[in-house]
Amino acid sequence: MTAVRILSAFGRFWWDFIVGETPELAIGVALVVVAAWGLAAAKVPIGAALLPAALLLLLTASLWRGRRPR
Amino acid sequence: MTATLLVGLAVFGASAVEMVEALTIVLAAGLTRGWRSALEGSAVAVVVLAAVVAALGPALIHLVPIAVLRVVVGSLLLVLGLQWLRKAILRASGHKPKHDEDAIYQREVARLSGLPRPVTGRDATGFVIAFKGVLLEGTEVVMIVLTLGLSSGRLEVAALGAGAAVLVVGVVGTLVARQLSEVPENALKLGVGLMLVTFGTFWAGEGVGVGWPGADLFLLGLLALYGMAAWVLVRFLGRQQLSPEVAA
Repeated sequence: MTAVRILSAFGRFWWDFIVGETPELAIGVALVVVAAWGLAAAKVPIGAALLPAALLLLLTASLWRGRRPR
Repeated sequence: MTATLLVGLAVFGASAVEMVEALTIVLAAGLTRGWRSALEGSAVAVVVLAAVVAALGPALIHLVPIAVLRVVVGSLLLVLGLQWLRKAILRASGHKPKHDEDAIYQREVARLSGLPRPVTGRDATGFVIAFKGVLLEGTEVVMIVLTLGLSSGRLEVAALGAGAAVLVVGVVGTLVARQLSEVPENALKLGVGLMLVTFGTFWAGEGVGVGWPGADLFLLGLLALYGMAAWVLVRFLGRQQLSPEVAA
């Protein structure tokens, strides 16, 4: 029982640490990196601008979600 | 050379921000529960954190292929960096209140003063509060030391950067304990967030097969791009913020 509690607290700590209040960032980064990996594996040339552009879009979307409403 | 310098700076900045937060808790515990327990708790936490870096660092280098390590580490850096950047931009543009170390300090002092003290011996509360504070804030530093150090192959530079920050903030913070709130924490957070996102993009990209023009020098281009974007976003969101009391 104690082991389950410790494991669950450990899992909760890492969930809060990585996902926390911004799940869109964790999911978005995973999607962007997996998409880049898929494109590279399919021999599609990935321009140096694509990854930063996708990440900036992700940040902007997350900021828009987190802004204080007027 | 560029990467080494940026790794050292990023780790130093990240560790300094986390150290200011940890120091607030240690000072509150020391003043209310006694310095001996607070300092012992902090020291034990620092030893635990150093042991984690020493044990995990070399093990990960030998067990995980570098391309996989760079993708995983790059992704982790991106998530952490974007979180820091998001928070710093929201604070700088007035959409989120600034981190108030003075208020946190006063709250901790009030809370700890109300707890009963042991008649003799060490104060377990002071020890545990300081230990937890340093360990929790330090976990993020360990993550950054390991991720930046391993991906760049400069674990010793990353560890030195963190050690230097612990020393500098520890000494300066103790001397000017009352002025912790004057540390430009949000500016530091913004700078470190920019560097973490820069490294995260670079290594995740290298791991999945992106060829960066100019190799390591492209780090500076990424840093400039993200810096410019952050500036534009702060300005844009600042205009969205109409409430004068929040902006002040």
